Amino acid sequence: MKVAIPVDERHLESSVCLSFGRAPYFLFYDTTTKETYYLDNSAIENPSGAGIKAAQIIVDHGAKALLTPRCGENAQEVLRKSEVLVYQSIPGTVKENIDAFEAGKLTLLSDFHSGAGRHGR
Amino acid sequence: MGDKSARIAVLSGKGGAGKTLVSVNLAFLSGESVYIDCDVEDPNGHLFFKPDEVSKEAVTVKIPVVDESLCNGCRTCVDFCKFDALAFIKNRPYVFENICHSCGGCALLCPEKAIWEKDKVIGEVQSGVSHDVIVSTGIMNIGEASGVPIVKHLLNKDVPKDLPVFIDCPPGSSCIVMESIRDVGFCILVAEPTIFGVHNLSMVYDLVKLFAKPHGVVINKCLFGKNPAEEFCIEKNIPILGRIPFDPELGALNSDAKIAARESERFRELFGSLLETVMKEVRHETTVDS
Repeated sequence: MKVAIPVDERHLESSVCLSFGRAPYFLFYDTTTKETYYLDNSAIENPSGAGIKAAQIIVDHGAKALLTPRCGENAQEVLRKSEVLVYQSIPGTVKENIDAFEAGKLTLLSDFHSGAGRHGR
Repeated sequence: MGDKSARIAVLSGKGGAGKTLVSVNLAFLSGESVYIDCDVEDPNGHLFFKPDEVSKEAVTVKIPVVDESLCNGCRTCVDFCKFDALAFIKNRPYVFENICHSCGGCALLCPEKAIWEKDKVIGEVQSGVSHDVIVSTGIMNIGEASGVPIVKHLLNKDVPKDLPVFIDCPPGSSCIVMESIRDVGFCILVAEPTIFGVHNLSMVYDLVKLFAKPHGVVINKCLFGKNPAEEFCIEKNIPILGRIPFDPELGALNSDAKIAARESERFRELFGSLLETVMKEVRHETTVDS
């Protein structure tokens, strides 16, 4: 299964990015092959709709789970309809989060903030 | 639609500078005139005019609807949308109505003609009369993303020819303000006499310069002593149309939603002389133009 995580830097000791839609990179991790790769988040410059585009990237790359500290309603809508599960990440490194996920210690994110989705003013 | 050069926009870089105070009093003193409130997120000019015979019209925008039986999942629409209002879920486009800017591009580009557009109500326009003043107000529904279509609707309404039109703009210098001043012949910039006021004034000043609109400044809440807004105007060679004092009586009248020029001789004179200066500038610009 492929797992996606918004990250601040391109390595496993990086912290998980506090923002999903505006994270600089996404890490994709395959729980079967243990392979990882990183992707630039092209949604970062979006004046609005960053969460939707970021969620689209996760979906297009075939991830079935997202580990994130926060997630907006619009992104959640895309992920839910695409059957991607959203887990609440824990403080610590990306590696620690992957370990916790594989050990079944992460819980599903329950609180989704309202999508920014505001036009440029 | 009448002569648009007689349209005067009142704008400022921030809320609370005095746009409504200025535009309401100028429209009132003009006698037969039109007052248009484009501050659709929180219109308050109607509180002063208390118009009668108010009629209401809904304002709608076009929102794409996907006919899934015709869609072949080519993704053209999703890839086209600059606002990411369309997501591609399980091989079909999914519309986020609150992100959509109603550009119509997705429907236009769909090779299968699988997208049609429905009307979505985003607010309304109210029109009424208050003595000699026609009062139009744009109201955006809470939660809507952009008031620009409401401003377009407001400013496209027919008004009796040759009446002066005062447009009370939203604060700031964003898209909706640009839409509000697009067709005006003159811009009044209302500023506060503080460093912060100058910062906000310079934003709208840049905007009217960019749009090549004739303009002048009204400095509100003036006190004795240093006046950074005045210094800014002198430095940039911007005409100062008038100065409104920082006055408890004016503040009290305004807080009670009373039109100052109607209530007090002193303020009738103050705004009367401002109106005269503004109209002189407007006529001057019209003559230079033609």
